[in-house]
Amino acid sequence: MSIVVDLETSTLRELNAALHAADSGDFSVVNPRGAHAVAAGINTSIAVTVEGSVGYYCAGMHQAGRVLVQGNASTGLAENIMSGEVRITGSATMSAGATGHGGLLVIEGNSGARCGISMKGVDIVVGGNVGHMSAFMAQAGSLVVLGDAAADLGDSIYEANVFVRGDVASLGADCIEKEMRPDHIATLANLLSAAAMDADPADFRRFGSARQLYNFHVDDIDAEVAAR
Amino acid sequence: MCGIVGLFMKTDRYRSRLGELTAVMLHEMRERGPDSAGFAVYDQGQPGRTRVTVLAERSTPDWGQVAASLEAQLGAAVAVRSIRDHAVFETDGDGRAARQWLIDHGPDVDVLSYGNQIELYKSVGDPDLVASNYDLASRTGTHAIAHTRMATESAITTNGSHPFVTGADTCLVHNGSFSNHNQLRERLVQRGESFQTENDTEVAAAYVSWRLREGDTIDQALQRALVDLDGFYTLAIGIKSGFAILRDPISCKPAVVAETDDWVAMSSEYRAIAQLPDVVHAEVFEPEPSRIYTWSLAS
Repeated sequence: MSIVVDLETSTLRELNAALHAADSGDFSVVNPRGAHAVAAGINTSIAVTVEGSVGYYCAGMHQAGRVLVQGNASTGLAENIMSGEVRITGSATMSAGATGHGGLLVIEGNSGARCGISMKGVDIVVGGNVGHMSAFMAQAGSLVVLGDAAADLGDSIYEANVFVRGDVASLGADCIEKEMRPDHIATLANLLSAAAMDADPADFRRFGSARQLYNFHVDDIDAEVAAR
Repeated sequence: MCGIVGLFMKTDRYRSRLGELTAVMLHEMRERGPDSAGFAVYDQGQPGRTRVTVLAERSTPDWGQVAASLEAQLGAAVAVRSIRDHAVFETDGDGRAARQWLIDHGPDVDVLSYGNQIELYKSVGDPDLVASNYDLASRTGTHAIAHTRMATESAITTNGSHPFVTGADTCLVHNGSFSNHNQLRERLVQRGESFQTENDTEVAAAYVSWRLREGDTIDQALQRALVDLDGFYTLAIGIKSGFAILRDPISCKPAVVAETDDWVAMSSEYRAIAQLPDVVHAEVFEPEPSRIYTWSLAS
């Protein structure tokens, strides 16, 4: 039996305070109407289902438990997620999973620009397409895209893995296509399974860092001096 | 910050509620722009009839007398109705001449808009108050665009509020900031545009006016804007019979669109759209960067 919180009659602070006070249990949030910061900062193994679309920073700083959004989400979905799971049935706008350190973010629809920007260990699985500059400066974790990726994928990427099944409009600076070795196939198969996505890992390509931006190059010395 | 809303009624179904629904959307965008607000509403107009919306911020003109003088000048009947410091002149006579006469001879007034379908209201203050002061909720028509402003680039004044007119039945609202507006303003002054403020959005509006005057379509004007305007922007442009959206190539400034069989709505945030009728069946998407979207009764 889940506890229902209606955002038409309860304030956002009342909702989030109730979620933070609970150690366990199921919650349903109704009438979210695009509200910001819904279910942000969940720290225990509760399950939250949001019936409708949410605004900015839904499930931000997510630490434990599960958040399911039955709708769309705006900027910064699961921003800085540490662990646990966040899933949405619709699409997310920009900066989904930004700076996430761990856990799993599943977007069943499309994701907008800069999905997984500066991700630091989170795994993100997107059922549709991702927008431009996704995985920008991504440091660790995996971004899995079942659809297409827009321009400048993986710009200035560090050690994250990007798997794309569809087309890639263009790769960003220092991002290259890489070999799919058996361990990558296994990682991808696990992620697809965890995300409950029906796709064959063999259909994906892998992208990552060419590691050319890591070190100082003596050839750049003139530019370095000129910039001083 | 700043908040944008646009609502376009594809069918007759909700046209009688255009103002009411736009006011609901505007209310949701209050926090994004609490210092001023404005809105443009469009109906289908009457053939050959021009409406000119003017603002008298620094004076309290006798509008009847202004209309009588304008009537004598045009040799055609002029109707006028006023609401607070705004007045709308209507005539079947030469609309361009009416607009020019009000600019040159109106008693210290600013012409906010002109055209066959548009009326435009704006003011400093709480967006809800602006909406109620200028009776947004009772207005009917085909489409509206509105704006809540958080001033960053210039002072909080009525003239710095959006929408900015860009030509007959055309106006523009903006969320973001332009970084090359001073240089562009100089170029546009050389090409005959005039400016009332130091506001960056007024420069973008003047740029679009200039291109439209040079014969560009709205699509062509916006294609060029992508090259010549530098900065962060989401623009909503009210045009005759519809509206257009453009986001810069980086698209940091938010925008969301929802569409049903009866309406198209755009806003800075989904919460402005969340209360529209039948929204659960709407197709919701984020406009792509550098892509011009237009919705029009004509197309």
